[in-house]
Amino acid sequence: MKTTSKVKKPRIEINKEWCKGCAICVEFCPQSVLEMRDGIVHVRDLDACTACQLCEIRCPDFAIHVIDEDK
Amino acid sequence: MFDYEQYLRKSKMPLIWCAGCGDGIVMKAMLRAIHKLQIAKDDICMVSGIGCSSRLPGYLDFNTLHTTHGRAITFATGIKMVKPELHVIVITGDGDATAIGGNHFIHAARRNIDLTVILFNNHIYGMTGGQVSPTTPFTKHASTAPYGNIENPFDISGLAAAAGASFVARATAYNAIQLEKLIQKAIEKKGFSVVEAMTPCPTTYGRRNREGTGVDMLLYQKDNSVPVAKANKMDAEELQGKIVTGVLVDREKAECRQEYQNLLDHFSKEGEVDS
Ligand SMILES: Cc1ncc(C[n+]2csc(CCOP(=O)(O)OP(=O)(O)O)c2C)c(N)n1
Ligand code: SF4
Ligand code: SF4
Ligand code: SF4
Repeated sequence: MKTTSKVKKPRIEINKEWCKGCAICVEFCPQSVLEMRDGIVHVRDLDACTACQLCEIRCPDFAIHVIDEDK
Repeated sequence: MFDYEQYLRKSKMPLIWCAGCGDGIVMKAMLRAIHKLQIAKDDICMVSGIGCSSRLPGYLDFNTLHTTHGRAITFATGIKMVKPELHVIVITGDGDATAIGGNHFIHAARRNIDLTVILFNNHIYGMTGGQVSPTTPFTKHASTAPYGNIENPFDISGLAAAAGASFVARATAYNAIQLEKLIQKAIEKKGFSVVEAMTPCPTTYGRRNREGTGVDMLLYQKDNSVPVAKANKMDAEELQGKIVTGVLVDREKAECRQEYQNLLDHFSKEGEVDS
C-alpha cells in the first residue's frame, strides 16, 4: 500500500574537506534548508528538506549528499 | 539516490577547480548519464586535452588519457579505430577544441567517427588566466582583450553541425537534468556527437566581465536559456545573448569506423587481408 506520510527524514551529508563554499546549493534549494557559515555549507532546517536532490545535482564539488531512505 | 563516489579516484579529490566553477556540475551530469546507460567502467575511454576542463578525466576511474593541448580528438580517433568496442568520450574546452584543436574538431565531425565530445564552453581560456578564446562574445573582456573583444565568436554547435556531426546538442550547467539527458543521447548515438555544455568560469571570465559569482552566472543561464523549439520562432535580434538549448542536430549518416569495418570484413572474406 502507498503511504503519503514519510517514515524517515532525509539525511544530508556534507563533506567539509571538499566543500568550497560556493553557495550554489544554498541558492538553489527551494526550501531554504541550507546556509553558509564559516565558509562552508551547514544544514539550517532539516525538517523542511524534501530530498529533491537539487542541491546535490548542482554541487560542483561532490560535497553534499542527500540520503532519502524512502526512495 | 546516486552514488557518485563509485566513479571517483578519491585519492585525487578535492577537485582542482575554483569555488563556483561549473565544470563539476557538468561532470556529475555526465556520470549520471553513464550510470543510466549501465556502461561498465572498463568499457569507457575518456580522453582530454589541456585546460581546466581537461583535468576532468584524471578524477575518474575509467580508462583515461590526458593528452596535449588541442589533440584530444586525434588521440580519441586513434583509440576508436583500434578499439571500436570502447565508448570513447572526449572532454575538451572551447579553446582546446576550437582554437588550437579547431581543425581536428571539424574533420572528426566531417568523418563522422563515433566519438562523444563533451565540450565545456566557458567563453575563455580558464587555465592560463583568461585569454580571449574563439567563443568569447563580441565586446566581452579578457586579459588579451582589455578594451573588449573586437572579434566575432564561433557558434560551436553551428560549427559542428555544418562540419557534419550526426548529433549536436547544447545545455547549461544550470539545467543539469537536461544536460544529463542530452549527454545520454550523445553517448547512445553512433556517430560524431557533440554536447556543448555552457559552464560558468567565475574566476577568469565572470570577474573581468562583472558577471559575479558562480551562483550569479548560473542564474544568468537560467534567465537566458531558450529551448530550440521556441528559438526557431524568434528572430536574430530577439536571440541576442540567449542560449539556445536542446537537440540541434540528430541525423543518420555513414560512420567512419563502421565503414572501415565493412571494408575489413569484405576483404577478409575474399582472403585478401587478415583482419
Ligand atoms: C601547445 C600548447 N599551447 C598552449 C598551451 C597553454 N594552454 C594551456 S590550457 C590553454 C587554454 C585552455 O582553455 P580551454 O581549452 O578553453 O579550457 P578551460 O581552461 O577554459 O577549461 C592554453 C592556451 C599549452 N598547454 N600547450
Ligand atoms: S534535497 Fe532539496 S530540499 Fe533538501 S536540502 Fe537539497 S535542495 Fe534543499
Ligand atoms: S554547492 Fe557544494 S561546494 Fe558549494 S557550498 Fe554547497 S556543498 Fe559546498
Ligand atoms: S579558472 Fe575558471 S574554468 Fe578554471 S577552474 Fe577556475 S572557474 Fe573553472
